[in-house]
This record gives sequence, C-alpha cells and structure tokens, in this order.
Amino acid sequence: MSLQVAESAIQQAEHADEAGGGLWREAFRRLVRKPAAIIGAIFVAIFVIVAVFAPLIAPYSPTATDLSQIKGPGHIPGPSSTHWLGLDDLGRDVFSRMIYGARQSLVVGVVSMAFGMVGGIILGLLAGGLGGWVDATIMRFVDMMLAIPGLLFAIGIAAMLGQSLVSVMIAIGVVNIPVFARLLRGQMLAQREADYALAAKSLGVKRSRIILGHVFPNSLSPVIVQGTLTLATAIIEAAGLAFLGLSGADPAIPEWGRMLADTQKFLTSAPQLVFYPGIAIVLSALGFTLLGESLREALDPKNRR
Amino acid sequence: MHRRRGPVRALTALALGGALALAAACGGGGQSGGGNKAGGGSGTKDVFVWALSDQPKVLDSSYASDGETFRVTRQIYEGLVGTEAGGTKIVPALATQWDTKDSKTWEFTLKKGVKFHDGTDFNAKSVCDNFERWYNFTGAQQNPAVSTYWQTTMGGFKKNESEDLGPSLYKSCEAKADDKVVITLTNPSASFISVLALPSFAMVSMDAVKKYGDTVEMKGDAPNYTGKFSTENPVGTGAYKFVSWQRGDKLTLERFDGYHGEKAKIKTIVFRAIGDGPARRQALESGEIDGFDQVEPADVETMKAAGFQVQERAALNVGYVGFNQKKKPLDNPKIRQAIAHALNRDGLVKAKYPPGSEVAHQWMPPAIEGYNDAVTKYDYNPEKAKQLIKESGVTDLSLEFWYPTKVSRPYMPDPAANFQAFKSDLEAVGFKVTTKTYPWNPDYLEKVDQGQAGIFLLGWNADFADADNFIGTFFQQFNPRYGFRNKEIFDILAKAEAEPDPAKRVELYKEANKMISDFVPGVPYVHNKSYVGLAKDVQGFKTDPLSNEQFSIVSRG
Amino acid sequence: MLRFIVRRLLLLIPVLWGLSVALFLWVRALPGSPAQALLGERATPEKIRQIEIALGLDQPLYVQYWRFLEKALRFDFGTSIQSSRPVVEEMGRRFPATIELGVTALLIAVLIGIPVGYFAARRHGTWLDQLSVSASLVGITIPVFFLAYMLRYVFANQLGWLPNTGRQEARMLDVEHPTGFYVLDAIVTGNGPALSDALLHLVLPAVTLATIPLAIIARITRAAVLDVLNEDYVRTAEAKGLTARTITRRHVLRNAMLPVSTTIGLQFGLLMSGAILTETAFAFEGVGKFVAQAIPSRDYATLQGFILVIAALFVLINLLVDISYGLIDPRVRVR
Repeated sequence: MSLQVAESAIQQAEHADEAGGGLWREAFRRLVRKPAAIIGAIFVAIFVIVAVFAPLIAPYSPTATDLSQIKGPGHIPGPSSTHWLGLDDLGRDVFSRMIYGARQSLVVGVVSMAFGMVGGIILGLLAGGLGGWVDATIMRFVDMMLAIPGLLFAIGIAAMLGQSLVSVMIAIGVVNIPVFARLLRGQMLAQREADYALAAKSLGVKRSRIILGHVFPNSLSPVIVQGTLTLATAIIEAAGLAFLGLSGADPAIPEWGRMLADTQKFLTSAPQLVFYPGIAIVLSALGFTLLGESLREALDPKNRR
Repeated sequence: MHRRRGPVRALTALALGGALALAAACGGGGQSGGGNKAGGGSGTKDVFVWALSDQPKVLDSSYASDGETFRVTRQIYEGLVGTEAGGTKIVPALATQWDTKDSKTWEFTLKKGVKFHDGTDFNAKSVCDNFERWYNFTGAQQNPAVSTYWQTTMGGFKKNESEDLGPSLYKSCEAKADDKVVITLTNPSASFISVLALPSFAMVSMDAVKKYGDTVEMKGDAPNYTGKFSTENPVGTGAYKFVSWQRGDKLTLERFDGYHGEKAKIKTIVFRAIGDGPARRQALESGEIDGFDQVEPADVETMKAAGFQVQERAALNVGYVGFNQKKKPLDNPKIRQAIAHALNRDGLVKAKYPPGSEVAHQWMPPAIEGYNDAVTKYDYNPEKAKQLIKESGVTDLSLEFWYPTKVSRPYMPDPAANFQAFKSDLEAVGFKVTTKTYPWNPDYLEKVDQGQAGIFLLGWNADFADADNFIGTFFQQFNPRYGFRNKEIFDILAKAEAEPDPAKRVELYKEANKMISDFVPGVPYVHNKSYVGLAKDVQGFKTDPLSNEQFSIVSRG
Repeated sequence: MLRFIVRRLLLLIPVLWGLSVALFLWVRALPGSPAQALLGERATPEKIRQIEIALGLDQPLYVQYWRFLEKALRFDFGTSIQSSRPVVEEMGRRFPATIELGVTALLIAVLIGIPVGYFAARRHGTWLDQLSVSASLVGITIPVFFLAYMLRYVFANQLGWLPNTGRQEARMLDVEHPTGFYVLDAIVTGNGPALSDALLHLVLPAVTLATIPLAIIARITRAAVLDVLNEDYVRTAEAKGLTARTITRRHVLRNAMLPVSTTIGLQFGLLMSGAILTETAFAFEGVGKFVAQAIPSRDYATLQGFILVIAALFVLINLLVDISYGLIDPRVRVR
C-alpha cells in the first residue's frame, strides 16, 4: 500500500519539476517580449562574439609596442584612418587591444562567477540539505565572510595569492560564495516546506532523494539569475582590483579593467584611452544586468498573470 | 502612532539639513575660492606651501631614512659639512674647515657664534655630544629601521645589542677648544667627509634632546617615536625653526631670526602631504601650493607651456635591467650581450622619459668621478642580438622578467611601461618571456635581493656623490641579486674604496667600470633628470642633485 | 528586547575572536615581511634578521598571536609601518574622515533615492519611470573609480567648480581640528571659510560614494511602493476618495519604509567597499585608503586593528538595523 502511495507522491513531485521546466519555458516566452531583455541580450551577444572571434577582428597585434610612434612622454597619437581608436602610450593599436580585451574580460567574468557559484552551491546544498549543526556551522562561517566588506575581502585574498589574473578570479569568486550559498539555502528551506516535498517526506521517500532529486533542482532558478548578475559585478570588481594594483602580472595582456585602471594617468592628456575601456565595461555589465533582471522578473510567479 | 511616524519625520529633517549644508557649500564656495585665488595679500607672500608625497615619519634626522622626512629636516638642521648648492662638492657648513692626515683622525674648526633655535650655543662640545648620542644608541635605537644611515655608514655602536651589527667606525670625539674638535675613527675612511654631509648627521641641540626625550619603542611591527624631541620639539641650527605638526594635516616651520647665516626670505613654510601625483600638479595649477617634487615626465612640457616653472634636477641615478646569473641562460655571456643589443634603450628613453634624460651605458651617472667614456657600449641592434643568440648555442630561450608595481622612482617613473617595451623588444629577437610582478616594497625588493628573479627592473638613487655609492654597493661582493662571483671585479672595487689618493681612486673606478661593462651583469638604460614644479612667482629656488634644496633662499615675487 | 540585545552582543565575541585569528593568520600568509617593508631599498639579510628578532617575528605563531590578543584587548594595536604612529592614533584620524564621507554619501543616497523611487512608482510605466530605472542600472554598472575620475575631470579639471582631491585646501592655515570631522570642526570653531572648504571637498567623493547605494535605494523604494500601491487597502482608500497625499502619508510611505530601511542598513558593507575606491581616487585620507595601502606595505598592525574594528562596527550596525525593524514595524517580533 505504502509503496503505491509513495509512487504517487513521487509522480506528484515530478509533476512539480515539470512545472519547473514549464516555468522556464514560460519565462522565456515572457522574456522575448521584454525590450530590456532584448537590449541586454544584444549587448551580451556582441560581447561574446567579439571575445570569441578577437583574432579575426583585430587588425594588429595587441601586445607589440612601437615606440617610434611616440614623440615623447605624454604624446599619445589619437584616432586615424590606420588606427581607428588611436595608439596607446607605447604605440600599440588601441582598437586591437579593446577587441582582445573583451576576451580576457569575458574569461574573468565567467571564471570568477563559476567559482563563486560552484562554491556557493556546495555550501548552500550542505547547509540547506543537511540542516542541523552543519547548517548552523556553515551559516556562521558565511556570516563571518559577510562581516568583511566585499572589496576588502577580495583585496585580501588577491594579495595573499600574488599578482596574477587567476588570483583575481579566485578572489572575486570567493567573495561571491556566501551570496550564492545564502540564496540557495534560503530557497531550499522554502522548497522543503512545499507541498510536494512534505508529501513525499510523509510517505517515507529517502531524504537524499527528495533533496537531490527535487528540492535542489527546483531551487536553482534564483541562483542562475544571480549568476547572470554576478557576471556583471565580477567584471566591475576586477576593474576595481586592478585600480588598487591587483590584476594580472603582465600589463601587456589587454583586459578592460586593467586598461581602465592603468590609463587614469592619461585622463587629462588623452581621455579617449580612459573612455573606451570604461564604456566597454559599463555596456557589457549593463547587458548582463538587464538580462539577469529581466530573467528574474520573468521567473517571478507574481508576474505570472 | 507617534513612534511609527518617526522615520518619515527623521528623513524630512535630514532633507532639510542636507539642503542647508548644500546651500552653505554653494554660498561659501564663491567667497573662499575668490579669496584664495586672489591670494595677493601680504600674508600669502610670506608663506611657502610645499606638497610632499607623503607625511614625514619623524623629525629627528638621525632616525630618518626617507626623502620626504629629510626634505623637512634639511630646513631645520645643519651638519658639520654640506654639499654645494646645486652640486655634489663638499663645502663648509657648521665646520669652516677640516683636516686629516691619515683619513683616521679628523680635525674640524667650527663656525663661531652659532646658536640653536632654543638659544643654546653650538660648539665643540655639541659636536661631541651628538656623536656620543649616536654612538651610545641602545635598544630600539639600534634597530636598522631607526638608525639606518648610521649603520650603513658607521657600522655598529658602543654596545652592540645584536650579533648582526659590526664594529663601529667611530672611535672617539675630543673638544680641543670651543671651536676645535677632533673625531677619531677606528679605521681610515676617505669617504667619512661625504658621509658627514648626509642629512642624518645633522647637529641637534642636546639640551632639547635631554629635555624632551628621544625614546623609540618597537611596538607592533614598527618603530614608534615616543620621545617628544623626535616629533614635537626638534631643535637645530637651521634657517627655519619648527612651529607645529598636526599629523595628517600640515607641518609648519618659521624663520629663525637668530640664524648665523643669511636669514630666510620667506617667513613661514607649510608642508602638506598630497599622495596622488596628478593631484599635486593640479594643486599647483590651482594655486593651492607653491611647489612639489617629481613632476611627471608627461607633464613637464605642458606645465611649462602654462607658465609654471619646471626646474630640472641633475641626474644622480641609474635605471637598469639586472641579470641574475644563477638563472639560465643568463650565465651565458653571449646571451647577456644579446639582451643588451636587443633592448631599444634610446626608444624608451625618448618616448617615456622627460627631455634631458640620458641613455645610460654604465652603472653610474656621468656627473660622478670615475665615469668612463671608453666603456663598451651595446647599441640597439636586433640582428646582432639574434646572431649572438645563435652563437651562444642556447636553445631554451625562456626568460623570467620581473618588474615592480606600486612604485615610481626618479629612474623609473612608470615601471610597467618600461617592462612592456622591453618585453616586446626581447620577444622580437626570439626570447620567450614570462612575467613576474610584485609590489615594490617589501615583496619585490625582498625577492629580487634573495636572488629569486631572472631579469629584473631596478635602479639606484645616490645617497652621496661617490662611485662607491653606485658600483661599490652593487658589485663589491657577492650579491644574490646578480648571482655571480667575479673576483677581478670584487677586488678592484675593494681596492678603490680603500685608496686614499683621490686621483688613483678615480682611475681604479674607471677601470672597474670598463670591466663591469664587458661582463654585462645587466643593462643600465637611463640616467633620468627629475623635475621640481614651482608656482609662477617663486624666485631663487635651486634644485640639487642630492635633493638638498634649501627653502631659505626662496622668495616670492 | 534587552535580552535580545545582550545576546546579540555576546554573540559578537566569538565572531570577533574567530576573525582575529583569521586576520592574524592571513597577514602572516601575505608574501613579504614587515622588516623588509621598513628597510626598503637599503635592506640586507642581516638587518632584516635583526629587525625580525626585535619585532618578535622569529617567535612561534601562537606566542605572537597571544601577544597580539593581549594588547588588542587593551585596545593597543601596535604601531603602523606606514606612518610610525600608534594604530589607535591613526584610527582617531581616519575614522572621522570616512564616517563624515560615508554619512554624507548615505544622506545623498537616501534623500535622492527615496523620492526618485517613489515618483517612479507613482508614475509607473511613464518615461520618468523608465529614465529612473535605466539611470539606476547605469549607476550600478559604472565602476566607482571610473565615475570618480570622470567627475574629477569634468567638475575639477574642466569646469574648476570643485576641488580635485583631499579634504582641505592646502592654503587654509588657521584651521583647528579638535574632532577630526572637518565639517564639525569648522562649525565648532566658527570658521566660515573652513566650513565651505570642507563641504566643497566632500561633494565629489560623497556623490561618487553615494551612486551605488542611491541606485539600490531608488530601486527598492520603487519596488516597495509598487507593491504597496497594489495592496487592497490602498485601493480601498482610493475608492473611499482620500486624497493622494493622505494616502501617501498614511499608508504608502510608511508601509514601504520597512524594506527600504532594511536596505539602508545593509549599505554599510557596500559603503566601506566603495570608500576604499573612492578615497583612493580622491586622495581622501580615510580608513579605506589607509587599509588598501596597508596591504602592499605589509602594515600588519594596521590591517589587524582596522579590519577588526570595521567588522565589529559592521556587526553592531546590523544589530541596530535589526532593533530598528522592531521600532518601525511592530509586526516584526524580535526573537
């Protein structure tokens, strides 16, 4: 008897999952009708295409210097027909550097987001899934991480790991771990109280199966939304760290945040060098943010009318 | 109900407050801006505002070792000897003449009628008291971070408290008469007189030291200067006396009317710390300050064009790319020569250094005796570099290239730019370059000095104008930084240092420069001029190769 | 309520203790030693060893930690390498600067953010709403220091309306600083020019620092007001014919205040992160700049002392926020 009932409870749970899948489909339908989402998607698409096809688009090497172009300190050649965005202070083609910079920035955004997301999911899953003292311990730990201002925390980690882009990405990732962990845990706690989970539980379905098979996947959508938003903040945070002197070892390798930080000294003499990476960062971050926000709204059951 | 309306009401109050504050800001702004910019009143002409890049650490010159601290103490104190204004020659200061027969016993005749700011007399006893004070340093005073220059030049103390301290070069001091003093050393030292010109060897009022105290504590990780003499009551014989120091805000000096020399022209000197380079320039442009040091190379011409004074300072420095011969393939002389030919030094100096900077071909600037015009020069020649690489037979052409962040030095205003240019040059002739970078102090300096770097950017500013302060410091003994043992070079430098005859000494250094250049322990690339920016109406300012600029001769037109 | 506060304060002890251990280990895991940092270019291995012995850096870690803890409990955090002054003295100098900046920024964020969010919600769907939403999005995505330099470029370099950097005009000589809050100092000493000077120097950094909190507060306010406007009781009130103003005052603002005040309370961490960048970009000598510089300088004492105090403040402010919920909304039961 109990077996039969259990079966039906599981079916019900699977039904809930289907509703989850349906939720995504429906969200997508709502998404394509939102202008903000379309704009965001376009920005992101351009960003990704440029990043992937950088070697095909860039007309020059992004790293080869040509000092013969520089007449003296402070001389920075502006845009011309051969160099669309001009040269930088070491005679490199700025357009090519911007194109290649998209690549590095995308890598920084994706890797640090992934690092934070995976770390956060592990902690959140343990806390939300096991509960009890595990939950309490993990959450105290998360609280302690959150008690240090994010940027300070990131500086601390990056400084400890040494000057490299990898340590920057790890630092940004670690700072985002508590955010993801909290989000997932909260969502899982709510889902555990959902009807289907309670029903399955009362029928003696194994806890691990309920949690891993149903509660966890149903709790993921806000985590994915947060991931999209984190792509934006990661790029901005990388720029902030670069400004404080923490970035990749080699300044010749173009990365927007680094370029923005390193060109501040030319603000009065050659402001264009500052504006290009600055605007590129704002637009790409805006793209991810618009997309993430629209996704959040589309997934919000309140907006399902 | 009442309570629940709280936040809204509080917000309204805040809004009103904010609006008032803004109104005050806008209203007041006009007045203060106008008042300051006009600045023509008799008051402002008698004030000279100088922007330091950082706060001084202490006002006791014997505890100081950084340029911004010395910038201040140089106005308050004087030494027995000094360097000529704008040059490197040793000239009389508190001592009018001196004599030595064996470089071991030094007799000084002192200037008469000199008074300290506290009214006490300066005489032979003061000199001996000062030397005895330094020699008798104890506890935290013996810390190398506190008595840095005493230890680098004179060695240890009367009672060394650390086994790492060597014997003291100082032996004794005797006041023969009020104006006659004899200082005896434990060993002959020809450079003793140059050492005395260092700002750390300035004469202070021992009365004031006793009255206010000069204690130092090592607390936490750094020296804390608890003695009030060292921070709040410095007393010297200089043209300016100390008035007040509000930390983090300003430090004020005032003309000393009892000065034994020509009295200072401007009554008040104010030091402010402005940490941000562009902000210093902008402060000068807006009339907030009257002068600052280390004008950015890129700003020199634009500031001149805008009518500001930009004064050149002779270069007593060298910027170089160092090689660590412990790291392959840098042990191969052909590879080292190849690198020397591969680097486009002229291109870099022309593009990134201020006008007047020179491309370096040896490890010390031309202004210092011992410079040798006949050393081997390695011109920029990528083809020759490739040829040399081929001849060397080395196949693994990977190099680890180090550069520092968080630093701007006169010889290296923008290390990252130098690095990128040189890296591009090296790659062009076939080297595979990997990058390493650390913040300048402590990480970079520590690791480079431990011999961890392969090739690295470094340089040196003179403490005093002597070849020993350059090539002697670099190459007189084994240095893990360069990772080589070359007995010929070590020997000739040791011989030169001990040589009492100045002419012979110069010849030895010339010879040493030639040997070093042939050995290629690295590639010197620049002797950089540095620049002081001054307001339009500043007169009489004179730059000095050792940054020993006296503000007492400055006036405002 | 009192028990709640006491318990939360007691809970502060293990968090701070854990943090002090973590901090202590972290600064020692940083590459490079403070002895080298003190000596700079003139370091030799002998001198470094001599200093390390003098500082006790050769002792086992637990001995060092115990010494640190013992002193920290007496509020003695040692001496800063950067300035050769006691860390506590540096706190007295830097915290007022940052608090002055942070409070001004928060004021700007609240005073502009709430009205903007409110009006955007009231005019939901209009161009005004769209504009405020897009503006707040840009506010969140623009790198803080980029904004700082743009503002400096426009308002200081090009227009010359506002000072470029720092807290005080260098030529202001007869100014006293009894408290370290420059605005307050000027008021206390009755110094008019100093007051306007201090305020002018605050404008650009405060606006920069305010941007992100402002955008967030505007967005939260907008969302909260929209939620409340959709509630039945507001519709009822509208149906009853109450004026828009009365509805606003009696219902909408008060009910929307809870999420908004929560958000304001949560801005502390964000403000501190922003202060690091803002202070560095404006050469504003506050906590953020000092701590950011302390890391590459290996200023152990400063890092340990300042970060502990910042974290303690953070936890305390969170507590205050929690308590204030109870005051704003009686429905929130303090447990």
